[in-house]
Amino acid sequence: MLNRRTFTYAFALAAAVSTSAFAQAPTGKVTVVTSFSKDVTDPIKKAFEKANPGLVLEVQNRNTNAGVKFVEETRSNNQSDLFWASAPDAFGVLVSKGLLAAYQPKAKGIPERIGRFRVNDVSGKYFGFALSGYGIMWNDRYAKANKLPDPKEWSDLAKPVFHNHVSIASPGRSGTTHLTIEAILQGEGWEKGWGTIKAMAGNFNQIAERSFGVPDAVNSGQVGVGIVIDFFAYSAQGAGFPVKFVYPSISTLVPANVGIISNAPNRAGAEAFVEFLLSPAGQEVLLEPTIRRLPVNSAVYAKAPAGFPNPFKDQRFNSMQDFDTVKSNERTEVVDTLFDQLISFQLEDIKAITRTLHEVDAAIAKKANPAAAKLAGEARALVAAMPISEPEASVDPAIKAAFRGGKDAKTRQAEFEQKWAAFAKENYAKAKTKAEEALKLTR
Amino acid sequence: MSTHSLAAPQSSASSKPSLATPGQWLTIAGIVGFLGLFLIVPVGMVILVAFKDPNTGAFTLVNFADFLKNPLFLRAFWNSFYVSIMSVVWASVLALPLAYLTTRFDFRGSGVIQTLGIIPLIMPPFAGAVAMQLLFGRNGTINLLLGDWFGVNIPFMEGLNGVIFVQSVHYFPFILINLTASLRNIDRAMEEAAQNLGCSGFRLFRRIVFPLAMPGYVAGASLVFIKVFDDLATPLLLNVKDMLAPQAYLRITSIGLKDPTGYVISVVLIVFSVLSLWVASLATRGRDYATVQRGGGGLSKREMKPRHMIAAYGVIALILFLVLSPHIGLFLLSISTIWSYSPLPDAYTVQHYSRVVMESGQFITNTLLYASLAGLIDVVLGTAIAYLVIRTKIAGRQWLDYLASAAIAVPGVVLGIGYLRAYYGVSLPSGQSVTSFWLIIVIALAVRRLPYALRACMAAMQQISVSLEEAAENLGATKARTIRRIVVPLMTGGIAAGFVTSFATAAVELSATMMLVQNTSDAPLAYGLYVFMQSPAGRGAGAALGIIAVLIVGISTYLSNVIAERDRAAKAGQT
Repeated sequence: MLNRRTFTYAFALAAAVSTSAFAQAPTGKVTVVTSFSKDVTDPIKKAFEKANPGLVLEVQNRNTNAGVKFVEETRSNNQSDLFWASAPDAFGVLVSKGLLAAYQPKAKGIPERIGRFRVNDVSGKYFGFALSGYGIMWNDRYAKANKLPDPKEWSDLAKPVFHNHVSIASPGRSGTTHLTIEAILQGEGWEKGWGTIKAMAGNFNQIAERSFGVPDAVNSGQVGVGIVIDFFAYSAQGAGFPVKFVYPSISTLVPANVGIISNAPNRAGAEAFVEFLLSPAGQEVLLEPTIRRLPVNSAVYAKAPAGFPNPFKDQRFNSMQDFDTVKSNERTEVVDTLFDQLISFQLEDIKAITRTLHEVDAAIAKKANPAAAKLAGEARALVAAMPISEPEASVDPAIKAAFRGGKDAKTRQAEFEQKWAAFAKENYAKAKTKAEEALKLTR
Repeated sequence: MSTHSLAAPQSSASSKPSLATPGQWLTIAGIVGFLGLFLIVPVGMVILVAFKDPNTGAFTLVNFADFLKNPLFLRAFWNSFYVSIMSVVWASVLALPLAYLTTRFDFRGSGVIQTLGIIPLIMPPFAGAVAMQLLFGRNGTINLLLGDWFGVNIPFMEGLNGVIFVQSVHYFPFILINLTASLRNIDRAMEEAAQNLGCSGFRLFRRIVFPLAMPGYVAGASLVFIKVFDDLATPLLLNVKDMLAPQAYLRITSIGLKDPTGYVISVVLIVFSVLSLWVASLATRGRDYATVQRGGGGLSKREMKPRHMIAAYGVIALILFLVLSPHIGLFLLSISTIWSYSPLPDAYTVQHYSRVVMESGQFITNTLLYASLAGLIDVVLGTAIAYLVIRTKIAGRQWLDYLASAAIAVPGVVLGIGYLRAYYGVSLPSGQSVTSFWLIIVIALAVRRLPYALRACMAAMQQISVSLEEAAENLGATKARTIRRIVVPLMTGGIAAGFVTSFATAAVELSATMMLVQNTSDAPLAYGLYVFMQSPAGRGAGAALGIIAVLIVGISTYLSNVIAERDRAAKAGQT
């Protein structure tokens, strides 16, 4: 090892005499752990290796959670240089565990903020290289065949016409869906937000177990409408699928990030990759049909295809709310667990109630019936009710200890789950009775 | 069961108390060492969490109490149980005609039919469900056509019934392979004796043939049961969550490694799987399935009347069409440009294949290497364990079987995490971690697929009469020589069946591989397929890779079938 290093120094010295730039160029293998698909990583790998001869990008594809766990489990003998993924909270976890190294990117032309959204995290340990927004994607052929109107807002998906046509990924398994749910909760407030989410849930056809399950089902036409991150729709369009996408007014833009792992075996190579991603050449690759993510360098948008959104110019992005990462991090597990216990595992009940309520609405629309309308309203309130308030979700010490561990925890997570599930079960049973009574009154 | 006592004098097997020889002790030590290092320790490190208080780390059973108190988990348990039983029933319906018709009658294309019958097992995860959705899903080919023609929509793929449908199509080869091997091993004389006594037709099958083939059937059925009970990919891809294995997976992946409930469910899965193996062993215990004569192995093949022949081909064609439909769907997907909400793709292309061949040659060679090594390890271990369990009287020998079989119940994710936990810190002389060395993937595959090979080897061993070995030993052969020259050759069919099952399923394994692949250059095909399938433009390429996988494994299966058949023919020729 020593010999080789001495040799390398000697060689570098000799090279430095002739061309100083050549001597500095890092070489070897750069290993990146990523949740991005081959269609995203391949073009970037190609462009990166072309721009940095001597470096080889080794891509390890894992889903975000598995990736975080992998980096954590392997820290004793770390072989990975970079972590590269969409969900900012995964990077939050890595930073909190001391798994990311600090770095100051040198790339020019990237603003601190785009519109109202911060590009780089305040920790200085991971860097936004693209922006992603959340919204609604739908299959045009499916929509025409089933006479679905174009959705515009989240609340549109709660309308009767969309019953059994909507799909979402479970936020506990999909980092991006978690952000969507959190954006709705932050945008509409805890109570109203959950009301909207549960009203949409009444129209769900399925709750998928991985992020890509949703766009995949929409692309193939198994379901009509999906709640997804924007690039799933744009890259599907790039591949030729008959799909469309819209950003609802309550949404947010979140950076997709890259960070250097502590004790990276090829630190110089890792830095070169970060610099490349943020350079104009790297930013342009994001516009490839199979990638289609929003670059953070405004100059690059000049080369974007027609109709491609531009967060530097489009006004709709300015009306979106800021995303409060701290708030989101505080209650991540609680929000995911609530979603599963109140919605995922009770989906059939919610759907049955919603179906009845849609029928009641249709009947009332034909012939006014205040008594039925009152009952239907009560049923809706029962479905929307939450077992815990917003402050409880964020700061209640008992809940926090149960979910995050700690010696003073008196209640186990399993007990909270059962309590919440029982709460939902009871409310849904009452709501079902009321909805059925309301339907009887209209007949 | 009077036929059985006819077949072999029971006394010889039970009257001989044997002490373990040094060779046997060595073998046991080797097996226990292997399983201990690569199954017990890593899995133990992970599931220990189930017995720990999440906050204090003290030993506790409260997590199990939480499990029993939770209505969701109890519902999940019953759903899993129901789905597993129903899948065994439907898998039997699919497997019995294929196995019986091809072994019992002189049938053109038996080998091809049996190979095609095994192919459903070779369906890479993700790809299979995607293809089934395209054909049978709510807006798949069949339902779009039904909707156009009759205005109806049949929910093939919805809920528990959807899971049963996909699982029985996917796993019925377990029954087919083992039952076929068993049927081939039955002494023709049994059947002829029954016929001479006036038994024929369905009665002959019910009273003589099927009971004699029972070890194979039970081996296959118990595999189907356990596999369905523990499978998480299919329910998850069909978005069915209230089953046990998916619940375990959801807990571990969404709540995290510290949450005990996921491991509690894993423990329940493991215990229940071992329990069902024990029940299966009760079903064949106390009966002797061995037949002495080997020369006339296999049922006597008979000619069929043309009318019956046509009916038989009809049944076989129908079954094959049904069980191969995922592959048909996958093939269409691999040559389609865009396939969205239409009965058939918009247009066809071969560019996916050229892309895959250009980009992923190493996936294919890796897969062949890993799966054959894993299959080899499995049949060696499987034969050794089967011999020790059935032929020796060593105390606790049954536990070797239970131990090796328990692997089937360990979710791949748990095994993968366990390897990382236990061995990440261990370095090879080169400084590389043991877990990033490709051989660890082979070992993971071997451990996960060992139960398949083991069941096949056990069934084969059960059908060999011990008197043949005794004869050899009486003639002066040593134990080792007897095993090498008598036991193993007689087991060839079963060993080949075991190798094929292990190889074919290892070639498409994903869940443990996912955790262990550290270099794309070391990755097997299933991983490459997964990576392709995560993007809209990669769907066709992923399907193409899937078809290549199916072809490779299919050809290997066919070749080993040919070998087994030739071996059988050679033995038959010697008499």
